[in-house]
Amino acid sequence: MNPPSPPPAAITRAPDGGLALSGAWTGAGLGTIQAQLEGLPLPAAGLVVEAAGIEALDTAGAWVLQKFLGRLAGSGGVQPPRGLRPAFAKLLEVVGQPVAQAAPVVETAPVSRLESLGRQVVGRLRLALLMLGFIGEVAWTFGGCLRHPSRLRWRPVLFNIRSAGFDALPIVGLLSFLMGIVIVYQGAAQLRLYGANIFVVDLVGLSMLREFAPLMTAIIIAGRSGSAYAAQIGSMAVSEEIDAMRTLGMAPLEVLVLPKFMALLVALPLLTVFADVLGVVGGMLMARAELGVGYGEFLDRFAISVSATAYLVGLGKAPVFATIIAVVGCFQGFQTRGGADSVGRHTTRSVVQGIFLVIVVDALFSIAFSMLDL
Amino acid sequence: MADELVLRLSQVTTRFGEHVVHAGIDLDIRRGEIFALVGGSGSGKSTLLREMILLQKPDSGSIKVFGTDLATLGKDEIRRLRRRWGVMFQHGGLFGALTVAENVGLPLREHTELADGLINEIAAWKLALTGLAAEVGAQYPSELSGGMLKRASLARALALDPELLFLDEPTAGLDPQSADEVDQLVLKLRDSFGLSIVMITHDLDLLWQTTDRVAVLADGKVPGVGSMQELSHLDIPAIRQFFDGPRGRAAEAQAAKQTPSGSPSWKPK
Repeated sequence: MNPPSPPPAAITRAPDGGLALSGAWTGAGLGTIQAQLEGLPLPAAGLVVEAAGIEALDTAGAWVLQKFLGRLAGSGGVQPPRGLRPAFAKLLEVVGQPVAQAAPVVETAPVSRLESLGRQVVGRLRLALLMLGFIGEVAWTFGGCLRHPSRLRWRPVLFNIRSAGFDALPIVGLLSFLMGIVIVYQGAAQLRLYGANIFVVDLVGLSMLREFAPLMTAIIIAGRSGSAYAAQIGSMAVSEEIDAMRTLGMAPLEVLVLPKFMALLVALPLLTVFADVLGVVGGMLMARAELGVGYGEFLDRFAISVSATAYLVGLGKAPVFATIIAVVGCFQGFQTRGGADSVGRHTTRSVVQGIFLVIVVDALFSIAFSMLDL
Repeated sequence: MADELVLRLSQVTTRFGEHVVHAGIDLDIRRGEIFALVGGSGSGKSTLLREMILLQKPDSGSIKVFGTDLATLGKDEIRRLRRRWGVMFQHGGLFGALTVAENVGLPLREHTELADGLINEIAAWKLALTGLAAEVGAQYPSELSGGMLKRASLARALALDPELLFLDEPTAGLDPQSADEVDQLVLKLRDSFGLSIVMITHDLDLLWQTTDRVAVLADGKVPGVGSMQELSHLDIPAIRQFFDGPRGRAAEAQAAKQTPSGSPSWKPK
């Protein structure tokens, strides 16, 4: 089926002073012909172009040839190339018609550094404003639904609790368990040095309950569920499903955002408790292995040293983190415009911004709690 | 040579689970022909098209393109074959991350070693050929209307000067005027480049105005193949329901008013 491919395009000087063209004038065979043609000095008088040797011609080749002929015409009379096969002549003619009016490729002027900085700042400010508006809308819708609970869609809420909460139990549990092990392992050397083995309970209990469990859980869920929210809403926005929903008289915020938000509000604190337990269990196992603190001893000390406040301080952060994750994920989803590319970009942003905000807010909480002496 | 086949389907059978989509389909498509596949929704037109362009495999039977059986091809041969045909997808299939001009230039950049400037010029020309304004080249697909997307997609399908062009619903979702322009464009492409064109369409005007032969798909079989003239005289239920609606009659009357386009101006090489 594959005929031997003709040799690549070539130009030679014919004995009578004209140009002889030969070979395959196609996208694959053109090579550097264009540069060669452009480098040719143009004679004042008409140049005879012998084209019988052209064995294949496609639009790319015809385009190059036509441009050359146009240049010849500019320098003084031109005759149509001689000996061109009829089919090729026709193609040349087709390409020739719009060549004159072919549009120049639109070049966009480069943006100055100051302008691009300004654009970025304005863009960020606009986004911050939009985000604020979105938070307001969600709060308004949430309030409305609390006043009329019949408008709430319970089924998606339960579904989201399962997918964002229950399905995340293994990964959250495993990571917290390992976290507890790591904390004890790192602390063991120092504590042993001072013979303060029993204080490992304070170390693992307080750090796990106050900081690590809520933070780790929030980060995992931001990566796991926040991104999923952004991607789901984003692809719905791209395929006009959101618009369809609006025209059908369903508020996207009520249908898409509230169930996710409420589900996370329930699931994240529960996951945090689970992480607390697994983290402390991990620490307990390691405390016995590394420091010889028995389980009974560990639990006795735990009851004394870890107050309910520590537990509640950690747990209290979870709903705030849940709000951040749900709002950022959904907001980025609604910001998606255009195509698949945009979905990817906004999903990335939802994770990055979600985790960023969670950590910033956690830091603010630490400052506030230390001021309140909690 | 005039009767050279670009595409030959023999006994193509496709099943989705229990559901038989194609029950032994035979079709021949000649070089330089404008051929259309028609049939109701779910009659397996799109599946057949996907099988022709190597996106899906039939369960049995053979599909020969340019005389080569698709089932026997190796990777390199497939690559070479794919450069010889162009496909315009129903929803464009343009890459959202690239501008329209970049989309059209992409096949050239992938498969040839032409200079960038030349590729841009050719891409701009192909866009102009399909009737798009120059400014459109710098836009992104998401900024285009449905009709413009189809044209841009067609321009991309034409980028490598294919010998065979597959069009999936070239006029679906277009306003009547744009659809008329597509009719003209299809004829122009065949006449000036000697393309063979295979299309799926429901557009009766397009069928009457442009096609040389039409195959009707129904119940996994092809109950009729022929020109629209011939099909309109056949007395087969699956075909009758296609012609007998008010739209069918209107399109037929419209076609009869115009000069018969029985003998295309284009002659096979």
